[in-house]
Amino acid sequence: MKSLKDIAEKLNLEVISGNTEREVSGGYSSDLLSDVIANAQKDNIWITLQTHLNIVAVANLKELAGIILVNGRQPEESTLNKAKQENIPILLTELPTFEIIGKLYELGVKGNKRF
Amino acid sequence: MNNLIKNSSKTQELTYELKIQDAMDKNYITVSSKTSVSSLREILRKKRILGVPVVDDGNLVGIVSIEDYIKSTEQGKLNETVETIMTKDVVTLFSDEPLINAIRYFEKYEFTRFPVICREDNKLIGIVSKIDTIKGILKKLETVYQDEEERRYRASHFFNDVIADGISIELKYLVEGKNFDKAGEASTRLKKSLNRLGLPPEVVRRVTISTYEAEINIVSYTEKGEITAYINSDRIRMLITDNGPGIEDIGKAMTPGYSNAPGWVRELGFGAGMGLPNIKKFSDEMNITSIVGEGTRLETFFFLNDNSDEDKKEEGK
Repeated sequence: MKSLKDIAEKLNLEVISGNTEREVSGGYSSDLLSDVIANAQKDNIWITLQTHLNIVAVANLKELAGIILVNGRQPEESTLNKAKQENIPILLTELPTFEIIGKLYELGVKGNKRF
Repeated sequence: MNNLIKNSSKTQELTYELKIQDAMDKNYITVSSKTSVSSLREILRKKRILGVPVVDDGNLVGIVSIEDYIKSTEQGKLNETVETIMTKDVVTLFSDEPLINAIRYFEKYEFTRFPVICREDNKLIGIVSKIDTIKGILKKLETVYQDEEERRYRASHFFNDVIADGISIELKYLVEGKNFDKAGEASTRLKKSLNRLGLPPEVVRRVTISTYEAEINIVSYTEKGEITAYINSDRIRMLITDNGPGIEDIGKAMTPGYSNAPGWVRELGFGAGMGLPNIKKFSDEMNITSIVGEGTRLETFFFLNDNSDEDKKEEGK
């Protein structure tokens, strides 16, 4: 288990909402919300390019550790407000999905299934 | 501040609980005794502060305030050093003292801020002002309040507390179609309510996730719909109805990956063709009926008795 705060510091992620003092159980990446609902696990970090309000709802319902928005994308204002209100960490990176996941893997953040 | 303390026992309690180091400002500015009075004026002006501690070689040797500065101008001491105008008998506080001591000092002395000293090595490690004290208390109150809120929800075990041969609670949520800004609100509110009722977190998660998918379907395809939760002591039954276009081929709609979603829905990350499969996956039982041109009726069940819950899930696999 890694702390979200640690990950944010090591990968230079900009934390714009939520409390990062929590543990990350693993990672999941998808831009399809239903896919995340089906396959992400509790305390996962979720990597996506979606910035709409509903990412907060999904993270909340699945009790995810946080959301990383890739490619320098900024969340919509309503998304950020909701994330603050629900205390869901949103983190920003300039890197594309492939690169940021590579770095997460190097840090020891793995997927949910053991192959 | 005095009134604040008198009127609120929780605040009062916190002023004993909090240490001065929890409230003090660690990013303070200092001057040395050799600093010129004119530089002092610039520092006070630029930083908009009313006083600074005077530190030589890491040791606190005095404190100099804007009042000292004003007095010095009257005495024509502008070209002298801070040493000649500073207060040498500094009243200090230790960082491990309770915050109430700072409040007492504000009343006892007429100073607006006190240097904070580390008891071990007598070095200056912070400054505490009235504003810092208030901020410290407010911050603590906020966390206390959040913890209390959480504790209160967890502590409620509605079904254990209420005595009856049968209990049934009905919670109804209205869902507005085509409005993705509100999509998920009903499920989120439902989740909070189920948690407050003290239902098992694992069941609450499954109920809200499957309800969220159903809610998204209402928003994506219909004008409006209704979500109703019927909660009994042994099960939760969800009834989700809409007056939308209906589903032509339910078998097809149940196939993972099959989707009818329009482009604007897909762009938001929905319409992956996982909605109904997810609802089935996360519920213990699911029934769906639909009439084209009239609407869809979805019913899901979640069993609450710990054992039967596990068994049913296993049987389903």
